[in-house]
Amino acid sequence: MAEALLEIKDLKTYFHTENGVVPSVDGVSFSLKKGETIAIVGESGSGKSVTSLSIMGLIGSPGKIEGGEVLFEGQDLTTMSKRNMRKLRGNDIAMIFQEPLTSLNPLFTVGNQISESIRLHQKASKEEAKIKSIEMLKKVGIPRAEKVYSSYPHLLSGGMRQRVMIAMALSCNPKLLIADEPTTALDVTIQAQILQLMKNLTNENDTSIMLITHDLGVVAEMVDTVIVMYAGQVVEYTDVFTLFKEPKHPYTKGLLDSTPKIHELKDELQSIEGTVPAPGTITQGCKFQTRCTRATAKCFVEEPELKELSSNHKVRCWLHEQEEVAI
Amino acid sequence: MVQIVEEKNNKPTEQEEYLLEVKGLKKYFDISEGWFKKEKHYLRAVDNIDFFVKQGETLGIVGESGCGKSTTGNLIMQLLDKTEGEIIFEGVDLGTLKGEELRKKRAEIQMIFQDPYSSLNPRMRVFDIIAEPLITHHVVKGKDLQNQVYELLDVVGLDRSYARRYPHEFSGGQRQRIGIARALALKPKLIICDEPVSALDVSIQSQILNLMAKLQKEFQLTYIFIAHGLPAVKHISDRVAVMYLGKIVEITTKEKLFDHPLHPYTEGLLSAVPIADPELRDKKHRILIEGDMPSPANPPSGCRFHTRCPYAQDTCKSEEPKLMEAKPDHFVACHFPLKEGHGVLIEK
Repeated sequence: MAEALLEIKDLKTYFHTENGVVPSVDGVSFSLKKGETIAIVGESGSGKSVTSLSIMGLIGSPGKIEGGEVLFEGQDLTTMSKRNMRKLRGNDIAMIFQEPLTSLNPLFTVGNQISESIRLHQKASKEEAKIKSIEMLKKVGIPRAEKVYSSYPHLLSGGMRQRVMIAMALSCNPKLLIADEPTTALDVTIQAQILQLMKNLTNENDTSIMLITHDLGVVAEMVDTVIVMYAGQVVEYTDVFTLFKEPKHPYTKGLLDSTPKIHELKDELQSIEGTVPAPGTITQGCKFQTRCTRATAKCFVEEPELKELSSNHKVRCWLHEQEEVAI
Repeated sequence: MVQIVEEKNNKPTEQEEYLLEVKGLKKYFDISEGWFKKEKHYLRAVDNIDFFVKQGETLGIVGESGCGKSTTGNLIMQLLDKTEGEIIFEGVDLGTLKGEELRKKRAEIQMIFQDPYSSLNPRMRVFDIIAEPLITHHVVKGKDLQNQVYELLDVVGLDRSYARRYPHEFSGGQRQRIGIARALALKPKLIICDEPVSALDVSIQSQILNLMAKLQKEFQLTYIFIAHGLPAVKHISDRVAVMYLGKIVEITTKEKLFDHPLHPYTEGLLSAVPIADPELRDKKHRILIEGDMPSPANPPSGCRFHTRCPYAQDTCKSEEPKLMEAKPDHFVACHFPLKEGHGVLIEK
């Protein structure tokens, strides 16, 4: 088995607000191998984006990493100096954001923005950087790359902008690509193009991907391993096939059942009653207690641990305390 | 209370069957430039579309951003003035109505919006939001008004005590319920839902979709469901229209559309949807539609899809195909409709 490229151990990111401490990420642990694609799935407020920002060291006040380790190739990123972190970001770890228009600077040309990271991280001259940038633009399937190189972001369509973001992210051959809802803002035909592109590029370079999404369809098509998050915690952690076939956490099951499936027809969708609780409101017991159909008295008192059912299946639920049960 | 008085006829005549009929509808936006706007340019957001909606059914309208689906909804809702065409609601062309008559008819068509955050006035209490249409249309007053609002809250599954609160105190799903209660207040016959669930989380989406289905049965509602998320459209619709650059390219029942599409665009669109089953990922063959959608300000000649169509031929570049009934009850605008169109899953 290949060694872990990224290992998160008991990561805790808390936000210190006027109304008290909000634990957005509350003891998250997982690891990512080289070339592996992992998905973090969860609804808004589950802490999936905060997890990725914590890895990148992009948590600003009032948020703070309160505990845990983020080991990237054995180095702890949480204790790394800002200077070293800057060297790493954009070079070894790159990130793609959801909204490509707001993550590109409208005042600079596309070429300027791509070549910036190449010049910073690869000590390339202006001309070399330009050649490399155009090459990257061609690689991500942008027609008339020379022309796009000197255009401003507002001239491009959403799909094109996301391609530019990907070109930028991959320009330094990162070892890890964090993609935070990379296709949510895009139309479905463009989404298919972008996902295909990400697959091809990562196969070529053996890049690991951490995909943050709420679209289970994208998860089913793209990833190897899935982490399901709820209220700042990992509730289920397994490979994609097991997750869809035999989910063990009632929340995962609820998510799968409430997704309308394009290849099936159902009269009525199952749904999870209620809404995600505001972080910090449930202080005792399982975080999912308020919405769980199978909650018992114990669930309201004691918080379950993330229990290992088999070597690649972990779940945080009291149902499987004695033995694995089907849900 | 919220009882729709009109009983659904068991055997409606051909004419009555259509609650809404749209004929040759066009909406051009003026984007002229130059000194005194001498250079005339128009953005053809909706360009000559025809369709009908039967009483009690759900018509889904799908397409990518910029295809004109929301403009169509706004035109039916009379929020935009049409350039040309007829919108016939219950046998009356809405364009010929004026003043009080139009006001009355409009009460029968309501809308649910995409973004539950911006479609509710942040300075109004939930009670006032839901009561507003009842007051403006002089339906009820005083104690009865209060009762009606409370009953509407019950219908959409919200607690009566929420009436005193402001929209910011609610989650997205709850706000969408408030929006639905407001749309139901005037006992409409037709509700236009413009992306009602796309801003919501998955588990909340299904709650809202189920609520909409329940209300449809309870009050014999007719829906026009505009969305880009195909799985949700497939779930809720009876018939589906696919739009591309201001045109309807295909319209038929949900089963026919999703299993045997006739238009290459529909086929590509279906194939692009990720399937939520990892077992199928390697068995699936994908038809990728290349490129981006052209600008509706400058649409391609002939068939508007020919620039991205994998099967395009010379005729497609010059002649525009008309929407024709290629198979019974299956309309398609294509010179060379697919003989064996692939549905969602194309086995390798």
